[in-house]
Amino acid sequence: MQKTHKISAFGPRLARAMAVGAALTLAGTAASARDLTIVSFGGNFQDAQRELFFKPFAELTGKPVLDEAWEGGYGVLQAKVKAGTPNWDVVQVEAEELALGCADGIYEKLDWEKLGGKDSYIDGGATDCGAGHIVWSVAIAYDGNKLTDAQPQGWEDFWNVEKFPGKRGLRKSAKYALEAALMADGVSGAEVYDVLATPEGVDRAFAKLDELRPNLVWWEAGAQPLSMLQTGDVVMSSVYNGRITGLNRTEGTNLKLVWNQSIYAVDSWVILAGAENKDAGQDFIAFSNAPENLSKLPEHIAYGLPVKAAAEMVPAEFAVDLPTYADNLAVSVNLDVDYWVDNSEELTERFNAWVAQ
Amino acid sequence: MKGSPRLRALILIAPLLFFLGLFFVWPLITVITQSVSDPAVSRVLPRTADLIGDWDGEGAPSAEIQAAFRADIVGATDDQAVGDVTRRLNSSKSGFRSLMGKTVTAVRENPDVDLAEVDKRWADPAFWKAIQDNASPYTDSFLLAAVDMERDSAGSVVAMKEGTSANFTILMRTLWTSALVMLCCLVIGLPYAMIAASVTGWKRAVLLGAVLLPLWTSLLVRTAAWMIILQDNGIINQVLTGLGITSGPLALIYNRFGVVLAMTHVLLPFMVLPIYSVLITVPGNLMSAAASLGAHPIRAFLRVLLPLSLRGVISGALLVFMTSIGYYITPALLGGAGDQMISSVIAEYATRSANWSMAAAIGLILLVLTLALYAVYNRLSRDPIQAR
Repeated sequence: MQKTHKISAFGPRLARAMAVGAALTLAGTAASARDLTIVSFGGNFQDAQRELFFKPFAELTGKPVLDEAWEGGYGVLQAKVKAGTPNWDVVQVEAEELALGCADGIYEKLDWEKLGGKDSYIDGGATDCGAGHIVWSVAIAYDGNKLTDAQPQGWEDFWNVEKFPGKRGLRKSAKYALEAALMADGVSGAEVYDVLATPEGVDRAFAKLDELRPNLVWWEAGAQPLSMLQTGDVVMSSVYNGRITGLNRTEGTNLKLVWNQSIYAVDSWVILAGAENKDAGQDFIAFSNAPENLSKLPEHIAYGLPVKAAAEMVPAEFAVDLPTYADNLAVSVNLDVDYWVDNSEELTERFNAWVAQ
Repeated sequence: MKGSPRLRALILIAPLLFFLGLFFVWPLITVITQSVSDPAVSRVLPRTADLIGDWDGEGAPSAEIQAAFRADIVGATDDQAVGDVTRRLNSSKSGFRSLMGKTVTAVRENPDVDLAEVDKRWADPAFWKAIQDNASPYTDSFLLAAVDMERDSAGSVVAMKEGTSANFTILMRTLWTSALVMLCCLVIGLPYAMIAASVTGWKRAVLLGAVLLPLWTSLLVRTAAWMIILQDNGIINQVLTGLGITSGPLALIYNRFGVVLAMTHVLLPFMVLPIYSVLITVPGNLMSAAASLGAHPIRAFLRVLLPLSLRGVISGALLVFMTSIGYYITPALLGGAGDQMISSVIAEYATRSANWSMAAAIGLILLVLTLALYAVYNRLSRDPIQAR
């Protein structure tokens, strides 16, 4: 009798302890639920994004926002989605990764009603899976204090080592290198991808690259060509346009961009399929791409805006430095995403083999 | 009761077995399977895969095969699986990306649509050939491509067209660079270990500390330090030009020299420590004994000390060589475009083009090479004195 009493007295206490334990565990899991995680391309670009979008959004919703940096690479995203629950929610991707992933189903479809409709974006800025965030260019840059007599006007001058002696920096990828080579060989910007679509055109591009091989220095991270230009290791280099303007503003350098024959593309926000915070992610995309917020970006970094209303709100002093500025756009080439989606693997392999020789 | 000690022993090492199985055997099996299996097409397009084997490769395939293909596309509802097929086919034949996207949309709208009307590429046998080539769930094409080989239309193994792939070149370069690093480590490490083993007290502590200390520093930090030292306006070049020895900066970085130098520094402890540990077990009076029997110091070294330290030399060389084969960060930061090693190719396949089968195949080739070398070393190091 005594025994049972003891047990029954113990029972409720145990039950209470278990209930408290369970509550704690539940609270623990609730607290350990991952915060909205946004991933972009790092550097001074992501610093600007953090001030303009990440922090204000966290204040608005009252929930923390985590941000991480990545360097691109479709395999990374695919691995995360295939693994089950991805640990990233919103990711900024290049046009090629957007097209590949949307076809493969590794991104959530966006709710375009929440984002103000596809018509509010420029062509190529609004797709089923991605909302365009910036328009950026790969262009030739040189130091205006060093090249005082003559300045390069396009890729033909980039290849002209007699007129402009010295090394040249080029991004280490088939994409951009092959287009540049063909334009240097006299192909007009409008015809570049028609020529590249033929095997002879690809051979022609590689033959042109051969000519410049002894004078080429390859770069991979966007900050590398800036330091090479500053130290004078290279006389000119292909660059991401936004960083040049940023450096001139912050460090007082006089680096110049050649808009002629620059190649532009759109970077977009996507949400990974099965992401834990996909609703919050959708809200974040709407927040960062809202014209009144997005239009502040060019003051910090000179990337164009694919949201029409935001582009109109950019002050004129900053607008002239953007790839989307009418005069700049008129002489630029639009990156052919479909071409690279189809041919990237084969050409990258050939390009890497060529570089490694 | 008799078997129980053995059972208990087994239970004691169970965590070890579990660990080995989970983190060694299982990933290895996964990598091997990944490098030879190619299930995407046969799984998502089963009817086509069944029929297309009989197609003779001339002209467009029969209406029956085309109907099977359309039926497969209608039946494939998992977008990610269709994505796997597209990626696989596109890496055999560029153009499948846009072609499949277009075709899937068209066929889902109208299952009886004429494929050649959807896109004229379907009239090109090359695209159907890609499907035929990938219809089998197993393939050796990844392993062949890992060493720049492929099968021609007749099915025999041939070298790939020059300039299309550099995997083999880079593999050879990896082995050569590793051998160079191993030699440099040996040239510095062997005398170093001998000196460290022959002195005592604080001298030995200092010598060993100098080798061990870098081991406690992150690899990335050590590599970055070399970048600062070797660059054009780095310490070495400043001193050389400052003293007027050279007129301009020497190219010390972004070439093979920088890679080998930094890797030798990083891997030196793995050469010194095994040799040292063998040498301290050698009685100190052996050399004096040899001298008392009239041997010249060089002869005594060659006949006594060197053979005794050989076991340490071999395991040190093995350690250094095996470790350097997999090096990635140091060549990436200190090497030029022509100094990248095979790990960078594996990373390119895994993180950029999402071609895990190619990544696995190159990894497997590397593993086989390593195992073969290990077998050779194993024979050599069995017992150098008795083997004579």
